[in-house]
Amino acid sequence: MGLDIRIPVGLMFGIIGIILVVYGIIADPSIYQASLGINVNLWWGICLVVFGLIMFFLGYRKRKA
Amino acid sequence: MTRIQLGAVDYIILLVYFAFVLGIGWALKRYMKTSSDFFLSGRSIPAWIAGLAFLSANLGAQEVIGMAASGAKYGIATSHFYWVGAIPAMVFVGIFMMPFYYGSKARSVPEYLKLRFDEKTRGLNAISFATMTIFSSGISMYALAKLFGLLLGWDFSFSIWVSGIIVLAYIVLGGLTSAIYNEVLQFFLIVLGFIPLVFLGLRDVGGWDGLTQRLSQVATQKGFAPGAFTESWSHLGSPATNPMGVEWFGMVMGLGFVLSFGYWCTDFLVVQRAMAANSMSAARRTPLIAAVPKMLFPFLVILPGMIAVALTYSDGRLKLPMKADGTMDFDMAIPVMLASYFPSGLLGLGLTALMASFMSGMAGNVTAFNTVWTYDIYQSYLNKKGSDGHYLWMGRAATVVGILLSVVTAYLASQFNNIMDFLQLVFAFVNAPLFATFLLGMFWRRATGHGAFLGLLLGTMAAMFHHGLTLPAGATAGIKGGWMISEVVKIYPSEMAQNFWTAIWAWSVCFGMTIIISMLTRKNKSDEELKGLVYSLTPKPEEERVVWYKRPMEFGILVLILVTILNIIFW
Repeated sequence: MGLDIRIPVGLMFGIIGIILVVYGIIADPSIYQASLGINVNLWWGICLVVFGLIMFFLGYRKRKA
Repeated sequence: MTRIQLGAVDYIILLVYFAFVLGIGWALKRYMKTSSDFFLSGRSIPAWIAGLAFLSANLGAQEVIGMAASGAKYGIATSHFYWVGAIPAMVFVGIFMMPFYYGSKARSVPEYLKLRFDEKTRGLNAISFATMTIFSSGISMYALAKLFGLLLGWDFSFSIWVSGIIVLAYIVLGGLTSAIYNEVLQFFLIVLGFIPLVFLGLRDVGGWDGLTQRLSQVATQKGFAPGAFTESWSHLGSPATNPMGVEWFGMVMGLGFVLSFGYWCTDFLVVQRAMAANSMSAARRTPLIAAVPKMLFPFLVILPGMIAVALTYSDGRLKLPMKADGTMDFDMAIPVMLASYFPSGLLGLGLTALMASFMSGMAGNVTAFNTVWTYDIYQSYLNKKGSDGHYLWMGRAATVVGILLSVVTAYLASQFNNIMDFLQLVFAFVNAPLFATFLLGMFWRRATGHGAFLGLLLGTMAAMFHHGLTLPAGATAGIKGGWMISEVVKIYPSEMAQNFWTAIWAWSVCFGMTIIISMLTRKNKSDEELKGLVYSLTPKPEEERVVWYKRPMEFGILVLILVTILNIIFW
């Protein structure tokens, strides 16, 4: 198949990760009482961005080769 | 149950997911040129993608919500559904059975039965399987609509039509490839959506040690030994000492052998993903690759259930709601956990993951249905001489009809809960003996078509009789069993024990009767015709000279070693 699934997976998690990071920075910190005082949006958002980049890179490299 | 208020950011995440799901279908549309592209992905899927899809197709509503509920109800012993009731069967199907499924070039599991036995065995399997897939996808839809209604206040019909139309669109556009690609996406979404939940939950209860301590109080309160919820094997000596109410022999034979091998080795829903792989080696490795994340899933889905129940009993931050009959509603474990730990933002991700699990369960059933309908029912009995383009069209039409029938089922389920319980029971009867037929078919060349067909029917009847003659403790005669006579033959300590033994009886009767009837009837296929379908008549697949982890046997042994270690750790 001409479409490498890692590219859309990478893009989707990259976008969701960025949304979470931005929201983690701007949102009122009082919402993190639920998550034991941890800014989970920011931290998990960063993890998702990293995951998305790795996936995208793996798919992209294969396509070029 | 308090409603969850979703913010704009949560809806944006859900919409991003919808956009990607549909976009993948759209991008794949131009590759769907022949019926083989649509139903089998042109046998072009790499092993790791097929493997994740193999796992994800099974990751429906009953998996995520149901296994968390079992975790809350039975504790870590629920891991038997993975480490005993899935992994060994997945290794077996990859190493021993895939050479026949993939090598025979059968396009579906019923078609394998036709090649190996005869038309009537295929017909029986195709029709019961097709009905079952529609029913399961309808149940998945119903569960989704009910849950989202309860949690978010979404309208029942709105949830059903939104999920139905999205699944419909991406399958009609991109066929099996689209379903498989989306299953990979859904797999990552479920894993990445639930990891923070487990992390926060464990942190809150004080890690595994804190959880063990809290659950030991719950266990003693219920009259069990302190470790009954946190040790998987130690309390299986007698049904009275563990919350499941089963003893180890019934569990290993019923769940670990009959039910699990019956599902993972013969259910076209999962086998179809391996059949789409791009080589024999990839097809054989598909279930093995799936086994690795499957092994770790208990930590993702069972732990939240255990945490939820521990918090409920120890005045933690959350309480499981009660059902109308006064018992605890274990099915709410995951939703309640999401609502109490996830702030707006992450909550959107968690709910999207939940939505993805419902959709992947639905899509898996629909793709299996459209293939079995088109190849095994339509092409075999209704129109043998259509062009390939005609069958491709039929596959798309079957997808539309399949979704519509699922919608009808979902509405029926919301009206008549008893009908659903009844249907589920009938399918359990039909499924229980199946693995005996495949085992004999693949490894005993003397098994005949008559033997297989009658063995299946008699096995199903054995299941029915066993259910009709026994009852779980404390239940009244009816849907739970005991409907055949007024004085039941045996009372089982729990419903689960009864289920396991129903399966054991069905399998044994099917196995024995298939052998006896095969000996009494003439062989209906010559050895030449059975080449590639039966073990002793098929040349052994050449082990390629590749690194060890690309060789099915080595990989399979590694998986078994790992799962043994997990069992020992949580003994």
